[in-house]
Formats: sequence, structure tokens, C-alpha cells
Amino acid sequence: MAATDVSDPRYYHKVVDCQWACPAHTNVPGYLRLIAQGRYDDSYLLNRESNVFPGILGRTCDRPCEPACRRGRVEEKPVAICRLKRVAADLRGDIRDRLPKAPAKKNGKRVALVGAGPSSLTVANDLLPLGYDVTIYEKNAQPGGLMRINIPSFRLPAQVLDDECGYIIDMGAKMKYGTPVESMKALLAEGYDAVYVGSGAPKGKELDIPGRWDAPSQVHIGIDWLANVHFGHTERIEPRVLIIGVGNTAMDCCRTAKRVGATDVKVIARRGRKNFKASPWELEDAEEELVQIVENHAPKRFVIENGKLTGMEFETLEWSEDANGRQSSKATGNVTIPCDAVILAIGQDNAFHWIERDLGVEFDPKWDMPVVDKTTHQSTRAGVFFGGDAAWGPENIIWAVAHGHAAAISIHQHCEGKPVTDRPPVGMTLVSAKMGMQSWAYDNDYETAKRAKMTHEELTKRFSGVGVEVELGYTPEQAALEVQRCLNCDIQTHFTASLCIECDACVDVCPTNCLTITTNSSPIDELRTRLSAPAMNPKQEIYVSGALPQTKRVMVKDEDVCLHCSLCAERCPTAAWDMRTFDLKLAYAGQVTV
Amino acid sequence: MTSIAKPPVRHPSSRVNGLGLSIRDYEGAMSTLCAGCGHDSVTAALVQAAWELELEPHRVGKMSGIGCSSKTTAYFMKQSHGFNSVHGRMPSVTSGANAANRSLTYIGISGDGDSLSIGFGQLSHAIRRNVNMLYVIENNGVYGLTKGQFSASADIGSTSKKGEANEQAPIDPVLVALTLGCTFVARSFSGDKKQLVPILKAGIAHKGLALIDVISPCVSFNDHEGSTKSYSYTREHEVEAVQTDFVPLKREITVPETGEAVQVVEMHDGSRVRLRSTSADYDPTDRDSAYAHVRACQARHEIATGLLFVDETGKDMHDHLRTVPTPLIDLPYEALCPGKGALDKLMERYR
Repeated sequence: MAATDVSDPRYYHKVVDCQWACPAHTNVPGYLRLIAQGRYDDSYLLNRESNVFPGILGRTCDRPCEPACRRGRVEEKPVAICRLKRVAADLRGDIRDRLPKAPAKKNGKRVALVGAGPSSLTVANDLLPLGYDVTIYEKNAQPGGLMRINIPSFRLPAQVLDDECGYIIDMGAKMKYGTPVESMKALLAEGYDAVYVGSGAPKGKELDIPGRWDAPSQVHIGIDWLANVHFGHTERIEPRVLIIGVGNTAMDCCRTAKRVGATDVKVIARRGRKNFKASPWELEDAEEELVQIVENHAPKRFVIENGKLTGMEFETLEWSEDANGRQSSKATGNVTIPCDAVILAIGQDNAFHWIERDLGVEFDPKWDMPVVDKTTHQSTRAGVFFGGDAAWGPENIIWAVAHGHAAAISIHQHCEGKPVTDRPPVGMTLVSAKMGMQSWAYDNDYETAKRAKMTHEELTKRFSGVGVEVELGYTPEQAALEVQRCLNCDIQTHFTASLCIECDACVDVCPTNCLTITTNSSPIDELRTRLSAPAMNPKQEIYVSGALPQTKRVMVKDEDVCLHCSLCAERCPTAAWDMRTFDLKLAYAGQVTV
Repeated sequence: MTSIAKPPVRHPSSRVNGLGLSIRDYEGAMSTLCAGCGHDSVTAALVQAAWELELEPHRVGKMSGIGCSSKTTAYFMKQSHGFNSVHGRMPSVTSGANAANRSLTYIGISGDGDSLSIGFGQLSHAIRRNVNMLYVIENNGVYGLTKGQFSASADIGSTSKKGEANEQAPIDPVLVALTLGCTFVARSFSGDKKQLVPILKAGIAHKGLALIDVISPCVSFNDHEGSTKSYSYTREHEVEAVQTDFVPLKREITVPETGEAVQVVEMHDGSRVRLRSTSADYDPTDRDSAYAHVRACQARHEIATGLLFVDETGKDMHDHLRTVPTPLIDLPYEALCPGKGALDKLMERYR
């Protein structure tokens, strides 16, 4: 094998599993260490650089980082990254004077953003400091998009939203509230240098089965119903409610229903539990609130008696899996579940009726979705960009943020008259963490504590109103212990082959047998079989050094369960192993391209 | 020396042996030796050998004297018994311990200073008595603990860290052991666990004193150019005279037939050692052949390694003393100390 090229930022980036998994590549270990030092403001600002909404995402993120967390491979549960993010947000002071500011002198370019959701706000966040004139069109009277109208306030208090949206808007975005864009043609006619569509996927999917339209007042579309509760148009729901679908919207619906009068709430799923789309922690929270989850039921018809909905009929299913893992179902019978109301939460669609089809913005005829470049976010019409749920359908908030950053780069390139495909490079800094003999710029000792439990508001208090926040957040003491569970994967084990004397000290001391000195060979899969401990996780990289001076063998490291404990470096007599702090330099709008 | 203890996390593939112990259960305290010390690699090899042999930790006595090497016993098998004796007196203390309780496995760790200078006489007599023990000499050619003076095993012409050359002839523990009738003589290198681990296992299984001279470089005072006990010198001059496979009684491994001549030595516990000489005229069961070979290698500035000589038919200390099979500590007091009447009767025989 050729020696691994660690000068490519991607290698060490991939070692930081959480940061690699996060669409916005937030520097998780970095901000956790700042929390450990009680530097909540610094932690919040580091967080904000990449994910823009630490307070919001600290409550609502889908947390792709947590299943990726190395700690989850070392013991049972990953570090509670998301909740710690909230700690930094909750405990921060007034940081407004440290936020980016728009320059007094503008660059003369005008950009229109459609929708004031997370992706548009991210674009504004990146472009305003560069001197852009940014106008945001929003159909509602407040910013936030789905974060405000679809996420119930017992999960995300309005104040948190107001603060973080405000940080961006206060840089000088021109807000046009209550102004839905009805025509792209008209918008383009206003002569903007670029238009960004971040209007989300605002249309709930229908379930067109018999009886759907016979008692319309008792059947609701999930996201519309949540919006109506938010605006106060809906204050009550009938006692017995069925939620169809088992995604995160379904979780929000069932828990909201419990707070506006429902006493008997059932969530109906077509499939078994392991195929549920909802995040496990949201399922847990719903079940704690005595919502019943019914598996393997496919809706057949709405049961209507005397013009009133009295229940819903389902086909019960049995699922089987063939050798290729493909699942198929077999109907085993029919069952009617009585109810007074049904909420449909089976997915969302985009709604682009307002984009005329003769503007050069091409649509995929099959899905009726715009054709958008995955990297540049540009449509087939130069200067028109899409991001968030509007680009490729519903995703999580953190994806919308990532899209916003990428699109802002393209918009800047476009406005500068440069190709949108020329993008600033991703870089890194790599600095030794050595502070002295066996002393490092981080706490390398292993914390054996288990994942801290989140305290929840008492059940009786929760149902007193939609706005009572359920998760109470970690105490500073809980947070201080939880951050110590982080393995500091960004403090990299960096090897210099020319210094190695092959004394085996590192191989002997490694608690998880990550290291091997062996003869080199190809392919990597052959090498994987000859290590101190078998490399069982093919998703994790294998580091291979250059030839060692004495025997021409190589140092091999399986990254999988490295604890970043620094013992290899502490036992190394020649500092061939060193611990180095890796800092990924992400690309943002306004940076120099090469 | 490390700033933290080893985290209590294991690799997901980590297994347990027949006793239900993982290899981590055979570890000891964190080493306070210099980073990169060969002794720590010997420790790791011992941990692996003990785990693979499924030694019951509470049935093992770890014996040592004074010196860097003698600290090693603290770094493996934390659940075992240990005795850190006076300088050079480890062989005698082990002889006493073994006399009192022959049922324990004795692992003695010493160094070139502890065994070839102050304890040279002790070593000789332990070999002569053939005490049933593993005797590891962690040999680095210097007094590391007192900052790098030449030890009795330093080769002629080998230089100190400051560049001064040694002029006195070395004591080679392997030649000494062969001369004194030792029944198990081996040499290995801390940087070669593939060779060292099977030899340690065979040495533990051997009935009698198993002497293993392990070249274990001193990374602080004897790993420079001019040293003949550095990592690089040992690697360049090591010539493996005999390749060793240890085949435990319980798990027969079939070694693929290579066409080479393999000598099988059956150990007293039923396990077997398979030896492959690297040259045709070398016989590791013949003392004279072994002696001649080691001398010849020395003349060529080569370091002969491997299990150089083994004789499993020899008598150990208890055979010579004709002691009872029951360990003395397990004998009832009346049998061990039969009282004045029995003594008088015995004395009567000499009148």
C-alpha cells in the first residue's frame, strides 16, 4: 500500500466521525472542549460558524453526528452532542457584539431569498457580511419557516427562534413578511443579481382512500394542522385521535394532540418498529406521554356513519424479508380502530406552482422537481439557486443549513462573474497538542461515566399548554461530566515514519489494539486481516505509514476504536507519534478560490 | 511513565481464555520505565504468554531483585504474588519460595546488573540446583538506573553514550548457563515478539530452570551508534538459530509441513515444543553443539537467538532433594515438624 496521505484534510476529517457525519461539518470536539472550560460564549460562536442555529438545533436536530460518534462503538451510547450544543446556547451570555456585521459600504449586488426558513437565513448569514443587499420574502408574519410553524413550542420555545433568526436579520436583511411569492417571472423582473429559493416542502401528502372526503372537518393534514395550532386557529381536537405515519412530524402531531384535548392517541405505522422514520428519542418521548404506537397496519378506508367519522379500517400486515433484504408484506386480516379525528403525517411534497415553466428553470418531468446541481445548488437558469427542502425534498434542518452555506458560495461566485464551479478549497491546520512532558492541550484521561439522562418536565405540568418545554436541559454539572465523555477525535495521532525505532512501545500500550508494525502489502483488505486486532469496521480507514527506517516494515493504524488517549505518543521515545490538534477549515462564501 | 492509566476499554473483538480472563486481566500497573524501554515489550510478551497459557494469576509468583528490569514484575499480572528482593538475591529467594511451595509457577525477572554482577553467584547456584522457574534476564549492557555505566554484559568495543569504549570481556549468560548445565537456554529480543512469546511459554512449561537472555535495549543510555545492544544493532546482527513453536497440550495446532527437519520435545506437562534449526549441523538438544554454535556466532559478531538448548529429562531441585510431592506449605504441621521425639530418633542414626 502506498503511504496514507494525511496532508489531504479529508483523511483526518473522516477520523472525526461526528464532524464527518454532520452535513454542516460542525467542529463538535472543539466546542465540547470549550463547554468543559466553561467558555459557553466561545463554544456557541464556534458552533454558530458552521451550523448557524445552535439553540434551535440543540433542541431539534436529527443528530446525524450521534450514531456516528466513536464513543458509541467503545461503549453503549454516544456522547449527547445535541444536548451539549443546547447547553452552550442556554448558558451563553450576550454575544451580539461578537457576531459578524454587515459593512457600511455595500457591494452593490442585490439578492432575493424566497422563504425565511433555515436555508434562506443561512444564505443571508453568509452574504450580508460581504456587503450584499439581501431581501427575504416570507408568506408568514415571522421568520423561521417550518421551524416556527411545524415544530411545536414544547420542543422549541419561540424565544430561542426569535433570538437566532434575529442575529441574522439584524445584520440588515430586508424582510418582506406576509408576502408570498406568486410568480418567479415577476420576481426576476425586479432585476435581482441572484435569486435563492428556500421555500421548503410545504404541502402535506394526501391519503386518497375511500371516505377521505366524507367528513373533511375530522381529517387533517399533519403540517397544516400543526401550523393551525401554532397560529391559534385550532385550539381543540376530539378525544380519540389516530395519527397516520410514523415520522418526526407524526411525533409532533401526536404529542401536540395530547396537549389540545386528545386523551386517546394512537400512531399507526405500516411497518415494524425497526423501519420507523422517527428518531428513536422522539418515539421514546411520545411513548412516555402515553401515546400508543400500532405497528403493521395499512390504512384501507375511513369509516363514516351518518356523515361523521367514527373510525378507520386497516389491513393488518405481516412482513417478510427475502435473501436480498427486500421486504414484502402479506395481508392477514382487517381491523377497525374507532376514532373521532385523523391526522395524516405521511410525508411532504414541494409546491412550485409559482415558478413559470418557460423561464429556463428546468423541471424533472417525473417528480415535477427543479433540476438542481448537487454541489453548486444552481438550477438550469444561471443565477437561480435552490436549497433546503425546496431542492431535493424534505430533509432535516441541519441539511438546510449546509445547503445555505454551499449556495451562498455559488451566489457570491455568480455575482462576482466567476464560474460557480470554482469553489474555495477546504483546508486544515494541524498543530501539536504537546505542552510538555506527558502533558497535552486537552484532557486525555478516559471518563467512564455513562451518558447523562435528560430531565423532563413532569407529565402533569406538560399538558397544561402547548408552550411548556419538555426537555429541561442539562445542568452545568451534568454537562461538565458529559463533555468529558468525548474522546477528542480531533486530537489526531500523527505519525512520522522517519523517527520510528520500532521499539513496539506504542503497539504494546494501545488499550484497544489499534496499532501494528508489519510488512507492507496490497490490497488494503489483505492488510486488514494481519493486524493486532481484526479490523472489523470496513467503514473506518486504515492508516499506513511509509517504510520504517530499520526494517522497512510499516506502521498500520486501524482508526475504528482509537480512544485518542495519547498513550502511544506518551510511550514513544522519539516523538514519532505525536498528538496534533486538527482544525478543519471549511469553505464559506467570500473566501479565495484557487 | 505515562500521565494516565490505561483506559478500561477493550477492542470489540477481545476474547477471554479458558479461565474467562481477557488479556487485559493479565496486565499490571502502568509502567514507570522510560518511554520506548525494551523491558515494556518483554512485559507485553509475558502478558500474552501468560494469557495464552491460561495461567491462574493467583498461582504465580513474580520474583525480582533491583534495577530497571526488576521493576517489570509490577507491570504484569497484578493479581499474582510478588517478591521484590535484595539486589541480586532473586534466585535465592525464589529457591526458598520454590522449596516451600513447589505448586506455584515462578517467574523471575532480572537484569544484566542484577544477575551478572552482584547476583552472579546466586544465578550460578540456582542453575546448579535447577530450580523450577522461568528466569528472564532483560539484558541491555548498561546500568540504566544509575545513568548508563557499562554492565558485565557489555561487549568489547561497545561505546557508552559519551563515546568511551568498553575494554573488558563480557559475561554471556547463555554460555554461562550452558556451561553450568542449565536445562533450558534461550536468547531472544524484546523487539521480536513472534520469537519471544513461544520461548516464554516453553520456558514456563519447562521443568527446571529456564534461562532466557532477552536483549532489551535501554532507550535512554544504550540505543546510540556504537552500542551493540541497541534496537538497530540487534536487528542487524540477530541470527535466529532455532525457530520455536510452542504447542500446548489442550490445543493441538497442525503446522503445515515445510519439508524442514523438525525436532519435537515433549515437556513434562504434555505440551510440546517444535524446534527448527536454521542450519543443518545445529542440534538444539545437544549441549556441545549449542555451545559451539553460540561461540561461532559470537566470533562473527552475530547474536544467536532462539531456543538454543533444551533437555527435558533433567532433574530439578525437588528431585535432587527427594522432597515429597505435596508442597511443604500444604503438609500438616505434625508432618513438617514432627517434634523432639522424631528428632532424637533421627539424631540417633548418626551416633
